[in-house]
Amino acid sequence: MKDQLETRIKPIWCPGCGNHVILSAFKRAIIELGIKREKIVVVSGIGCHGRISDYINVNSFHTIHGRVLPLALGIKLANKELIVVGFSGDGDAYAIGLEHLPHAAKKNVDIKFFVHNNMVYGLTKGQTSPTSPKGFITKSTPYGSPEEPLNPIALALISGATFVARGFVGEYVHLKELFKKAILHKGFAFIDILQPCVTYNNTYDYFRKRVYKLEDEGHDFTDFKKALEKAFEWNSRIPIGVFYQVRKKTYEEILELENKPPLVDYDITDIRIESLYHLFR
Amino acid sequence: MSKIIRQIGAPKIVRNSVALGSLVKLLDYDLSILLSVIKDYYKGKLVEFNLKAARLGFECISEKLFSLKPRRVNRKMLFLSGNEAIALGAIRAGMKLFAGYPITPATPILHFLANIQKQFDIVVVQSESEIAAINTVIGAWYAGVRAMTATSGPGFSLMTEALGQAAITETPLVLVLVQRHGPSTGLPTHTSQGDLRFVLHASQGEFPRVVIAPGDVSEAFYLTVEGFNIAERYQLPVIIIIDKFLAESYASVEEFDLNKAKVKRGKIIKDEFKGNLYKRFQITDDGISPMALPGTKNAIVKVNTLEHDEEGFTTENPELVKKMIDKRFRKLELLEKELRERELLVRSYGDGKITIICWGSVKGPALEAQKMLKDEGIHTRVLQPIFISPFPSIEIMKVFNESEIVIVVENNRLGQLASLIKENLLLKPHHMLLKYDGQPFYPEEIYDFVMKVIK
Repeated sequence: MKDQLETRIKPIWCPGCGNHVILSAFKRAIIELGIKREKIVVVSGIGCHGRISDYINVNSFHTIHGRVLPLALGIKLANKELIVVGFSGDGDAYAIGLEHLPHAAKKNVDIKFFVHNNMVYGLTKGQTSPTSPKGFITKSTPYGSPEEPLNPIALALISGATFVARGFVGEYVHLKELFKKAILHKGFAFIDILQPCVTYNNTYDYFRKRVYKLEDEGHDFTDFKKALEKAFEWNSRIPIGVFYQVRKKTYEEILELENKPPLVDYDITDIRIESLYHLFR
Repeated sequence: MSKIIRQIGAPKIVRNSVALGSLVKLLDYDLSILLSVIKDYYKGKLVEFNLKAARLGFECISEKLFSLKPRRVNRKMLFLSGNEAIALGAIRAGMKLFAGYPITPATPILHFLANIQKQFDIVVVQSESEIAAINTVIGAWYAGVRAMTATSGPGFSLMTEALGQAAITETPLVLVLVQRHGPSTGLPTHTSQGDLRFVLHASQGEFPRVVIAPGDVSEAFYLTVEGFNIAERYQLPVIIIIDKFLAESYASVEEFDLNKAKVKRGKIIKDEFKGNLYKRFQITDDGISPMALPGTKNAIVKVNTLEHDEEGFTTENPELVKKMIDKRFRKLELLEKELRERELLVRSYGDGKITIICWGSVKGPALEAQKMLKDEGIHTRVLQPIFISPFPSIEIMKVFNESEIVIVVENNRLGQLASLIKENLLLKPHHMLLKYDGQPFYPEEIYDFVMKVIK
């Protein structure tokens, strides 16, 4: 199965880039869940992460900058039997495409959203990003970034996401298990993945010293307030794992699509509209 | 009127019903029709107020100005707006998903579809922005569902990047642009034809697109169905461009002939791919690659907004890049051939050495002016390009050759259609009548202009 998920394209990511780990852990998750590859659609945005669609042998849509979520929404609504997984980056998801994250979360549409968060713009050769720390020196912020970083976990939580987690590429098995949990979750599942950029923001050591697993400390992921509290824990200790998970009606369930065929299966060859004519008499 | 209102103790606004009642009497019309409308329209105690007001308004008039009798027609007619005709066309065409962001004057399409969504199993999404709307629509098409968005200039400005996405990924797309007066926020509730050049050039790079310009309510219906068929069969973005005047004007039209509005599907592979290796962008003679849908057995469907090879993988190979661009443009060439054979590119009305060329809603006043001119013994031809892309160069050239005077009439300042004629035919129309004050043309304005030109 592993070979089946590989394409003939060799990744051009830097050696040591966290993207390799994300790709591998995601493939492993699909294999372990036994999902047929034609049932998955990967949507990726623009940034280093975006190339992931070339490197995994499943259906894919490499979209424009920032638009992974609305595009994924269309795919899922059109064919609810597909597993739709969006990959994005911190620039793609939290800067140019930020408008879509709260809306996908509050819709609770059954799509997965995995953000490669390396806290820097890598593809454009090193500028500050929405999650870069204040004072971060880059080519675009030679005097240090004047802004506070955005908090993606808190944002997802208050937007109504029903599965909110953080992964770290230094914890391969843990990340793979998070992917599996997210895919099995019914509803909008969001994972912010801490990912060093070996070229422009090498944070391996920084994170290794600080990350700890929420489950190791008995975090109750059904408790929203606790989750929000944990979302603000940063600096000396950084939690990874599932912050929050709850089962709520999905967008598709509220639209009552559940007991109907997927939209793509409707016969559209001769839809009669005469029943509407009375509106125009 | 105020006296009557005071007499029945109704609020001032009810004067309207007094006036309507009086009008009914003046026109010798049937009061019961007005009373039944009032009963349908108002709720609670307002019903009684308005009924009384209408009756008293009717009774206080003794003379009759005209006799107006309800006209009985044998044919079954529909009374609807351009926006509603487009919505009906989309339903007929098998649209199963609509995503849009409220914007004047395109919102009625969203409203209409939202109301009937359950009846037709259509999903209607009010998106967080026009950017979201168009991307959701493109996602749906990629997964095999006919989908549409509708917007006006400001929203279309936001959609332009995704328009190119549809083109390079060869994902079908139907986008309705209801023009309003610009630039920027402009006159949101007034009409204009200022966006013709914009739709033709919006988004970076060179790619084929289809631009269809219905001129009346009936055309709006049939051409929407056609637009969906073209989008899917040619895997191209299709823009249906109308304007506020057509979108929100109501007209009586004959019931639609559904035999002339049939769904024609594209080269779609759905359940299982039988070949060895599925290639979404397989290079073919006509440029159209069979479109497998994600979920198809034995097919992996990869699409990519980066330039790509036949399988959809990113490429920078110069030879392949050129091949892909050529492949995409071949589709437009083939479409032009088909539309020419089916005589769908233009419509021509009447005959004469004077030709009025107009597009979209200007067709209405132009045809009225044509009648007025005919009454004066002046015979004109009205030529209406239905398709702006592919551009009907041959058809317009023929008309130029047959005409002594060519007048282009447009609701914009630059004469955008006229400039397209110059560009494509290297011919200059003799006269232009341009109006760009937010108002539609009156037939008299076109009539007067033609009279002035021929004197």
